[in-house]
Amino acid sequence: MGDLFVLAISCIFINNILLAQYLGNCPFLGTSKKMETAVGMGMAVIFVLVMAGSLTWIVNEYLLKALDVVYLQTVSFILVIASLVQFVEMFLKKSIPALYAGLGIFLPLITTNCAVMGVCLINIKEEYTFIEALVTSFAYAAGFALALILFAGIRERILLARVPKPLQDTSIGLITAGMIAMTFMSFKGMV
Amino acid sequence: MAQSIAKEFTKGLWAEIPPFRLVLGLCPTLAVTKSVENGIGMGIATTFVLVFSNLLISLLRNVIPSKVRIACYIVIIATFVTIVELLMQAYTYELFLKLGIFIPLIVVNCIVLGRAEAFAGKNTPILSVADGLGMGIGFTLALASLGTVREILGNGTLTIWGGTPIFEMGANFMPFKFMIEAPGAFIGLGLMLCMMNLIGKK
Repeated sequence: MGDLFVLAISCIFINNILLAQYLGNCPFLGTSKKMETAVGMGMAVIFVLVMAGSLTWIVNEYLLKALDVVYLQTVSFILVIASLVQFVEMFLKKSIPALYAGLGIFLPLITTNCAVMGVCLINIKEEYTFIEALVTSFAYAAGFALALILFAGIRERILLARVPKPLQDTSIGLITAGMIAMTFMSFKGMV
Repeated sequence: MAQSIAKEFTKGLWAEIPPFRLVLGLCPTLAVTKSVENGIGMGIATTFVLVFSNLLISLLRNVIPSKVRIACYIVIIATFVTIVELLMQAYTYELFLKLGIFIPLIVVNCIVLGRAEAFAGKNTPILSVADGLGMGIGFTLALASLGTVREILGNGTLTIWGGTPIFEMGANFMPFKFMIEAPGAFIGLGLMLCMMNLIGKK
């Protein structure tokens, strides 16, 4: 139990998926201009990543390894993620319309979010057990949401500041992200 | 004809160079540019995938039904990514280990899917190959240039290929270690975007 907790903390802060592993940067810059969209995207990623992480682990263990076709990993993972996103979208639309209205537009974007695919691949590469894979999936997604929401808060303030013309928009966004990454680096000694 | 091929090829080199002008594919840009060698390797792998997936998608553009086109594109791209992965494992094993999970992640690189959707799905095979090649080479150049800045400042060396540095800073140079860590990647790319905006924004 203690090990799992340490694993979760290290995934959220020390190996933060956005700021230390460089994954999922397109939605990080794309959906962080407003707090509302950042929260929506963060929640959608948590929701899908936990499901995708556990599902791809099962596919890898009981399908690919059992049939000895591990080289099909890339193709099968992307198919699992794409169909999962589609399925979740249909399910939410039908049964939980309120949640669908909140997450709706962000769900299709998740298929090409490399954080989702990346975490699935990390889980396999590190040879985690099923429970560990579940914990890391949730923790990485929570770290993603945390960094995204922090970043959106700062970006809303930058809109009010006078930024030199060539630095505007993405450029100042990346530099700000660099500053946040620097603060996250200081978590390194924690575990 | 030759003129339009040249036009599609050269737009990827400057006017629409990813990731500076088209802000797509940031993850590999940030992650693999710790050294020039990694950047070039990643760029070549992406170029291969771009050229062949553009070719195949453009050949099949009249067969693929438009409602399921994204799924079809992804399967085609994933196939070529798997081929690259196996080729690199066989011939450039060290680079394969260094790039790690970023090779399978070419599947979800927005540049590849973006070109398939915006260009190859609507144009002839020859033009699509020119477009893919141009974009790929542009991407490689961008990775190499960011890699050069980060490697020289962060490590004091410059290695193009094969592991032996062709250039080393003097003994008095103190490397800025943070340039090869995550913050350096973000700040370096942010400043490069700023420079690109300063030089000839239309």
